[in-house]
Amino acid sequence: MELTLKEVQHVAVLARLRLTPEEEKQFTEQLGRILQYMEKLGQLDTSQVEPFDHAATSANAFRDDIVSNTPNPAAILANAPAKEQTFFRVPKIIE
Amino acid sequence: MKYESVIGLEVHAQLLTQSKIFCGCSTQFGQAPNYNTCAVCIGFPGVLPVLNKKVVEFAIRAGLATHCEITRSSRLARKNYFYPDLPKGYQISQYELPICANGYVDIDLDGTSKRVRLTRIHMEEDAGKNIHDGHGDSSLVDFNRAGVPLLEIVSEPDMRNPAEAGIYLRTLRAILQYLDICDGNMEQGSFRCDANISIRPQGTDALGTKVEIKNLNSFKAIEKALEYETARQMDTLSEGGKLIQETRLWDENKEQTRAMRSKESAHDYRYFPDPDLLPVVIDEKWIDEIHTSLPELPGTRRSRFLSQYALPLYDAELLTSRRDIADYFETAVTIYPNAKAISNWIMGELFRILKERKLDQQLYIKTWPVRAEYLAELVQLIDQDKISGKIAKMVFDALVDAERSPQTIVKEKGLEQVSDVARIETSIDQILAAYPKQIADYRGGNEKIFGFLVGQVMKSMQGKANPQKVNEILKAKLSCTIST
Repeated sequence: MELTLKEVQHVAVLARLRLTPEEEKQFTEQLGRILQYMEKLGQLDTSQVEPFDHAATSANAFRDDIVSNTPNPAAILANAPAKEQTFFRVPKIIE
Repeated sequence: MKYESVIGLEVHAQLLTQSKIFCGCSTQFGQAPNYNTCAVCIGFPGVLPVLNKKVVEFAIRAGLATHCEITRSSRLARKNYFYPDLPKGYQISQYELPICANGYVDIDLDGTSKRVRLTRIHMEEDAGKNIHDGHGDSSLVDFNRAGVPLLEIVSEPDMRNPAEAGIYLRTLRAILQYLDICDGNMEQGSFRCDANISIRPQGTDALGTKVEIKNLNSFKAIEKALEYETARQMDTLSEGGKLIQETRLWDENKEQTRAMRSKESAHDYRYFPDPDLLPVVIDEKWIDEIHTSLPELPGTRRSRFLSQYALPLYDAELLTSRRDIADYFETAVTIYPNAKAISNWIMGELFRILKERKLDQQLYIKTWPVRAEYLAELVQLIDQDKISGKIAKMVFDALVDAERSPQTIVKEKGLEQVSDVARIETSIDQILAAYPKQIADYRGGNEKIFGFLVGQVMKSMQGKANPQKVNEILKAKLSCTIST
């Protein structure tokens, strides 16, 4: 499958990446090659194979509904680039 | 052309767990900003979320109560988007394999039942909260709510007008409250709703262009927004305009919807199974256990109240709208089986006190201002002619917060009804002697005077006289006077 420049631009927007025109072109080629390689899998007959959606072979890792954390907002906020009281402060969000 | 609206609803119900969905932080509402947070719900690198078993249990409860199929092997997925209230850059939710699917809720439209199908119910984490106003060029973020467990309950577009949507939401909310999994508080945001609405010519089947409405914070807002949106869409079409698929925001103050600035590619969430979380596999045994623990649900209970207690539909609906009230009613009726009288006292006097004390805002009332046993006894005292209805209201007020039975109160305050003929006669004789002019009027044909005289007798006996006896004796005496 050929990847288009437009698709790369779209994915870049979704991932909040600012790409130069050169990078867009470069990644279109590189990502396209990776996708083409993956397409080889499509040649296999998988009609009898269960869909693989998780690498783990087990299931159901649960925790009980117990409050076990000791609140420590100071530690949580320690690495915040900006804060106000115990809030995180971010550039104004416009809806 | 006549149009009908086609409405589907998406409900987010906050679950009543102690801890968050993937970490051991408290879910308590109203804490200081970022107090209930940790490395997991804040999305620090390298942390591992672990699913709260209670969330799965609650989801199955909701699924069974709404006739869903329970997915035997379900997955958690990442929904990717950027927003400051979403610390990880993705929300852990479910996509292809939701825990519950293909259910329904039967709603009651003035005595006829209508089935609203449910597409799916899935588990997910809530986001944090942004504060936009009053901080200059900044917004503030509080993550106490981030990671609080939610059920998203998605209906099929089966509702045909705003009123039906309102009834569906109330019905769904009552079910969740009966199940004890969500407090249903819309103001605090623990029961939220987004609506999808389109219109189409009546009698056609194709779906029109749908609009999603957000920011609906009360039942009133939902019904109003849907009415507004129906009218707006009809106007647009009748003026030859075209509708576009968009998300609109309900403006409570202006009472209208407005288009949200469309986020580009807003719906490209690139879901994929979360590699940090194992599949959720549910066996028959677990489902059976939960099934047997389900309470009688509002619809079933309402039908039973109609047949078992012969209550009017209005009473049955109101009493079963909350599990605690229905329980209260049944406790009282078990003690003294005058169902209608007990229902009247609950809907009248008890509701008045619940409202005054704001107890009706509690999810489950544990301590009642008047004990159910006492209410039953009160009704019994009235039925046995031991107290009059008027006195009963006084006794009821005295029962509030009281540790004494109605019988004790009646005795202590000397409120027992007087049916003793001699005592009533004495009082009547005094009144007759005191009002010769009125009696002359009555003789002259003014029958209204009779009521006045009864009132005077009751007053002179502090309301304790048996009104029936007073009526009988007074009538007899007056006719005697006339004949002599």
